[in-house]
Amino acid sequence: MIWNEKMECADRDEMRAVQTKRLKETVTRIYHNVASYRQKMQEAGLVPDDIQSVDDLCKLPFTVKTDLRDNYPFGMFTVPMSEIVRIHASSGTTGKPTVVGYTRKDLNTWSEVVTRSLCMAGVHREDIVQIAYGYGLFTGGLGLHYGCENLGASVIPISGGNTDKQLQLMQDFGTSVLACTPSYSLYLAEEMEAAGIKKEDLKLRVGIFGAEPWTENMRKEIEFKLGIKAIDIYGLSEIMGPGVSCECEHQTGMHINEDHFIPEIIDPLTLQPLPAGEVGELVFTTITKEGIPLIRYRTRDLTQLNYERCVCGRTLVRMEKCKGRSDDMLIIRGVNVFPSQIESVLLEMSETAPHYLLIVEREGNLDTLKLMVEVQEQFFSDEIRQLEALRKKITHKLQSTLGISVDVKLVEPKTIERTAGKAKRVIDNRKL
Amino acid sequence: MIIKQLTVFIENKTGRLNEVTQLLGNSNINMSALSLADTSEFGILRMIVSEPEKALLILKDADFSARLTDVVCLNSPNEPLALARALDILSEEGVFIEYLYAYSMDNKSANIVLKPDNIKKCIEVLQAHKLELVRASDMYKI
Repeated sequence: MIWNEKMECADRDEMRAVQTKRLKETVTRIYHNVASYRQKMQEAGLVPDDIQSVDDLCKLPFTVKTDLRDNYPFGMFTVPMSEIVRIHASSGTTGKPTVVGYTRKDLNTWSEVVTRSLCMAGVHREDIVQIAYGYGLFTGGLGLHYGCENLGASVIPISGGNTDKQLQLMQDFGTSVLACTPSYSLYLAEEMEAAGIKKEDLKLRVGIFGAEPWTENMRKEIEFKLGIKAIDIYGLSEIMGPGVSCECEHQTGMHINEDHFIPEIIDPLTLQPLPAGEVGELVFTTITKEGIPLIRYRTRDLTQLNYERCVCGRTLVRMEKCKGRSDDMLIIRGVNVFPSQIESVLLEMSETAPHYLLIVEREGNLDTLKLMVEVQEQFFSDEIRQLEALRKKITHKLQSTLGISVDVKLVEPKTIERTAGKAKRVIDNRKL
Repeated sequence: MIIKQLTVFIENKTGRLNEVTQLLGNSNINMSALSLADTSEFGILRMIVSEPEKALLILKDADFSARLTDVVCLNSPNEPLALARALDILSEEGVFIEYLYAYSMDNKSANIVLKPDNIKKCIEVLQAHKLELVRASDMYKI
């Protein structure tokens, strides 16, 4: 089923007309309501009238994650707080979270794009959807939740973790759709096997997986082990949350809800737009958002776009699975982690940040994060309990800053390899 | 009375202790006392050496985390209850001991290296009770 055939199957000219109209409205609004945007446009010698169509998009300045941080917490909002009905936040690059606000209309838009995504995945109102994404500041849980309700499916808002209960409800309630991170689905599959539950005993038929990178091999494994169709959903809180794009049942790229979010692909070095089909950094401009519209927001995700009509009938442009990042962000168990966050935690402990190395592994199906910290003079004590206390303090502080547990190991100075004087900060041993 | 103990951080991996002893030995530095405290992941090597400042530089040049720590050394009769008496005194006077290591010199006496929480008070208490402290210069020569 196609939820909004008019938009999802519009021909390119129709779509461009919609995008142009909405883009012009958005640019006018932010120019008048957000000082930082107005200043950026003025610096580029632009007034709202310079934007006459989607083709003029490339004239506009980019927005980056640090813009949100510099205007922390609500400086980028374009409406008074009385209009904001929901706030979400994701981890920022240096400790301060990236905050986004939604108006009532924004929440409706979000529900709409998630409902479209669910339909793309083949979910319908008879389905029982178990949402095992975290509920809370993270957009995963609540984003999926309202989209499912809007569709009319039955929602089990179980949130993340608590694997035994996940399996119990899956059996007792006859869950037919599972929404979680792909790695958690594989973990569930393992636990099922350990508990002697066969996939034939369950009614699962579709999985909606996102919030972290995964490969085609993982997809095959998930589909085989759980006996389901595994669908990739994409989103980021800055733009909306899950539902920015999603695969249809043909699994040939994720359809971007481009009547709400205009995608571009740029060269991350020259910042110039790249022609369709080339791999580059994905950039989004939101054109219906009220709370915090973003112009040419650099996602740092590397991918490519395909404008051909899909077999499913949709004309919405498709994006490939993300092929990597143009910055150093890591996604660990669905949580965004920047090495700079770790550095700022270590800096709080001493005057000079020690050398450190992050090692990401995938043990079984779960990502683990190990941090090696060189014990230099500023950290060193002759007493074991002091060193143990230091290790615990770092562990605890990282847990509260990043929201995931980190195994901290103290190592000797110069243990961590330097290249040209600069230490390597991250080793990602996951095979993605 | 304050003795400079050489303290070195070492990871639990083969050959590290050996490297320290080789480095010091090659520079003709002698060790008069040594203790190795270990946890599951790392160890702390504590040593009394003939030339602590020089030894510190040598280890730092070789990229070890090392420092000098103030400790005291008590010379006690090598007989039952001698250590117990000394510890009784310290505990009664409220001196807390972070760690200690001890070794017999011969049949007559033993040396006990102490790291108290308050080194000044520790020395005062021991001296007030006429207990014998080893002088730093003597300690380094052993």
